[in-house]
Amino acid sequence: MSIPLLEVRNLQKFFFTTRGVVKAVQGVSFTLDAGETLGLVGESGSGKSTIAYTVMGIYTPTGGQIFFRGKDISMPHEKRPLALKKELQIVFQDPGSSLNPRRSIGEILALPLSIHGNHRPGTREEQVRELLRMVELPPEYVSKYPRALGGGEKQMVAIARALAVEPSLVVLDEPTSALDVSVQAKIINMLVEIQKERGLGYLFITHDLSLMRNIAHRVAIMYLGQVMEMAPSRVFFEKPLHPYTRMLISSIPVVSEDEEKLKPQKVIPRGEIPSPVNLPSGCVFHPRCVEREERCSREEPQMKEVEPGHWVKCHLTGA
Amino acid sequence: MGKRTVWGKWWYKFSRNPLSVVGLGIVCGIVFVALFAPWVAPYPEHAGPYVNYGEANRPPSFSHPFGTDAFGRDILSRVFFAFRSSLLMGLVVLAIVVPVGVTLGLVAGYFKESWLDVFIMRVTDIFLSVPPLILALAITSVLKPNLTNAMMAVSVMWWPWYTRLVYGMATSLRNEYFVQSAELLGASKFHILFREILPNCVSTILTKMTLDMGWVILIGAALSFVGLGEQPPKPALGTMVSDGARYLPEHWWMAVFPGLAIMLIVLGFNLLGDGIGDLFSLEEA
Amino acid sequence: MSQPLLELQDLSVHFRVYGGYLRVLDGVNFRVAPQEKVGLVGETGCGKTTTMKTIMRILPQPPGIVRGGKILFKGKEVLRMDTGEVEQMRRREIAMIFQDPTAALNPVFTIGEQLFDAIRYATGKETDHRFLHEVAVRALEEVALPDPARILTNYPIQLSGGMRQRVCIALALACPKELLIADEPGTSLDVTIQDQILRLIHRLAEERKMAVILISHSLGVIRDWTERVWVMYAGTIVEEAETQELFARPLHPYTQALLRCVPKLTGEGIAKGIPGRIPDYFDPPSGCRFHPRCPYRMEVCSREKPRLYGTSSHQVACFLYQEGKR
Repeated sequence: MSIPLLEVRNLQKFFFTTRGVVKAVQGVSFTLDAGETLGLVGESGSGKSTIAYTVMGIYTPTGGQIFFRGKDISMPHEKRPLALKKELQIVFQDPGSSLNPRRSIGEILALPLSIHGNHRPGTREEQVRELLRMVELPPEYVSKYPRALGGGEKQMVAIARALAVEPSLVVLDEPTSALDVSVQAKIINMLVEIQKERGLGYLFITHDLSLMRNIAHRVAIMYLGQVMEMAPSRVFFEKPLHPYTRMLISSIPVVSEDEEKLKPQKVIPRGEIPSPVNLPSGCVFHPRCVEREERCSREEPQMKEVEPGHWVKCHLTGA
Repeated sequence: MGKRTVWGKWWYKFSRNPLSVVGLGIVCGIVFVALFAPWVAPYPEHAGPYVNYGEANRPPSFSHPFGTDAFGRDILSRVFFAFRSSLLMGLVVLAIVVPVGVTLGLVAGYFKESWLDVFIMRVTDIFLSVPPLILALAITSVLKPNLTNAMMAVSVMWWPWYTRLVYGMATSLRNEYFVQSAELLGASKFHILFREILPNCVSTILTKMTLDMGWVILIGAALSFVGLGEQPPKPALGTMVSDGARYLPEHWWMAVFPGLAIMLIVLGFNLLGDGIGDLFSLEEA
Repeated sequence: MSQPLLELQDLSVHFRVYGGYLRVLDGVNFRVAPQEKVGLVGETGCGKTTTMKTIMRILPQPPGIVRGGKILFKGKEVLRMDTGEVEQMRRREIAMIFQDPTAALNPVFTIGEQLFDAIRYATGKETDHRFLHEVAVRALEEVALPDPARILTNYPIQLSGGMRQRVCIALALACPKELLIADEPGTSLDVTIQDQILRLIHRLAEERKMAVILISHSLGVIRDWTERVWVMYAGTIVEEAETQELFARPLHPYTQALLRCVPKLTGEGIAKGIPGRIPDYFDPPSGCRFHPRCPYRMEVCSREKPRLYGTSSHQVACFLYQEGKR
């Protein structure tokens, strides 16, 4: 079995604030192989973005380790060698603020090339035009500024910029959440195609479960810093076991009867999402769980593999 | 449907505010007059050592629209030449102050909470805590009074304002996603400071620079008012006001017209400054 | 058919910019019946917000200019109303809630202060503090906020996103209104919270016999919560139908393409998107504004603009369906 591209082992990230300790991530483990998309899904406060930023080195882990191709990379970004920096790239959610409004598209795309790409064929201009071609944007855009582009086009520039350095792993933090559905469709298809061509690994974060169903090979659902369930995509959606997963999937607005039939029985979401400063005792989901039992408030459940590749953290499932 | 050119767009944005256009007109007028003073002034030789007591103390007339001073020199011509030293002071001071102040502000802001930040900002605070005019007076009175030293003195007390201004912007800009993206790509600190953060500060800096032209000139006039700037017989607006003040109220024109000239400069740059801000804003036309 | 509560007839709105005009709204036709729950679906830049702002008379003019058409609310022409009538309309008859509840609440005032203001304006009654407090508490209870008395003393920053959105709804509906315009409610919130908010809006609309215009770019939300849908593209309505009908039989090529682009829970993959981009309003396409991107375009589509045509349960603005062509 080859070494996974990315391995996260028992990752913990706490933030120490004046209001208390925010346990954003508590003991999360997963692997990601080349050519695979792992989806992280969850609501606000679930810790999914924190994991993404910690993998990138924007945050340093409080506990646990991160391995890239077997080497420990659990250090802040500034300390990483340049060769490692190019291997992991991130695309942020808001295309409006990830591009410098005062620099032209050409300048924005030339930056990664001037730092990492000197071995490529062609002049800098040709390389930039090649990047634009890859994301199906016209070459005239080289001299345009971000404000002249639509949200989707800006995001495509951000993706082209991330891919310019030829990374092996791309973290995508809600890349299409701010975009219209037709633009999202174009971008997602492009991402999938590029993944197939280059064998990239994607760590894909979104709250949109329908989107996840169509892009992820495996899905992990997070709640308050912990993974509640993790399974291959089809299994996750057709046989969700964790009450939280069922609650979320049953709340998705869908557009056809076929999809309605696929949804688990409606679980009306109740309560607010608690703050990560004040974690509930026992199972962190128990206050909002409609199926909870007595021991759920006392004992924290263990993560169990109930069938090959399908992990659940719940007292009510599994052996 | 009309034509849309790049220059046209700039003008459209700028001219939304008619006062900015007025400011531009005033400043252009002053610059023109200052540049071409030897040819535009009716009596260019009056700006040098010239004396004609026969023509002294004449009130405003057709041949001397601003009247003449106690030495018989045409005040209008002297005002035109005085604009030269005023504008020169503004330009030189800003040329020194802006690069220094902005760079310090960028560095301190980006490296916030490091020893660099603390050091730079505390020095800035020290300079800012001394009343500006006092500082300028102190420096010029220690050195020989002339235009160059006046410019040095004003520069020394002016740079901290730019540091403060840019510090505030840099501290918030460094958290923007586009700066993080550049960092994650492995860009050098130089690139991040000067190619990512600075371009986003340019609009505010340019606006301040335009407004500052007026204020520096005003401080310069204050210095020459007490005799610490451009020395006679070269004309300076402040000196002309202080000389003319002695003859108030009978020969009122000797103080009033140079005073109005100072006011016009400050007004012109202030109005222009507003327009510059609009010009560089990120909104589309 | 009985008189509609709100009707837009051929509304056209332009914006003055450098070198010409942005011709954003191009003959918008739209109708809401009393107590009807209507969805307005369209992507970014299609003009839905401009339309709502024009209805509420909060469109900045200049640079906005109404070039033609009428807006009728309860039979009265909105665009001709004087200031007094407009205020009356905003305080007593139409309510609006916005997408981002955080931006809609003033951060330096307590919830109570903002709610009291809203009640004062809506009822026109004066400052009997006890009366205001009672009405305010009741308004917060109506939106299922726990411990209303304490919330009145809170500042917006102390509440969660979902609670802020509920407060906005309470503010809008502090006194009964006939029409609620909800612009992407809950879009910035988590899907479970959004579900609660939409459920709440639906319940309030039923109880108070209120009409609702639900604006959203999410087709799933529209399908679950509306009776009739209007599809907007580039400043014009291209299709309208009863909700079931629209999703079962979408007719306009744009609607069809849009539905294909929505990711499905069944996992069959997503369509490749719609070729081209939204039109430049400065120089929009002639005739049907969708024709440059339409796979079925014909010669007439670039010459003439199609009008809405069909039955009372389904109308579409497309030459494929007119003059008995299909």
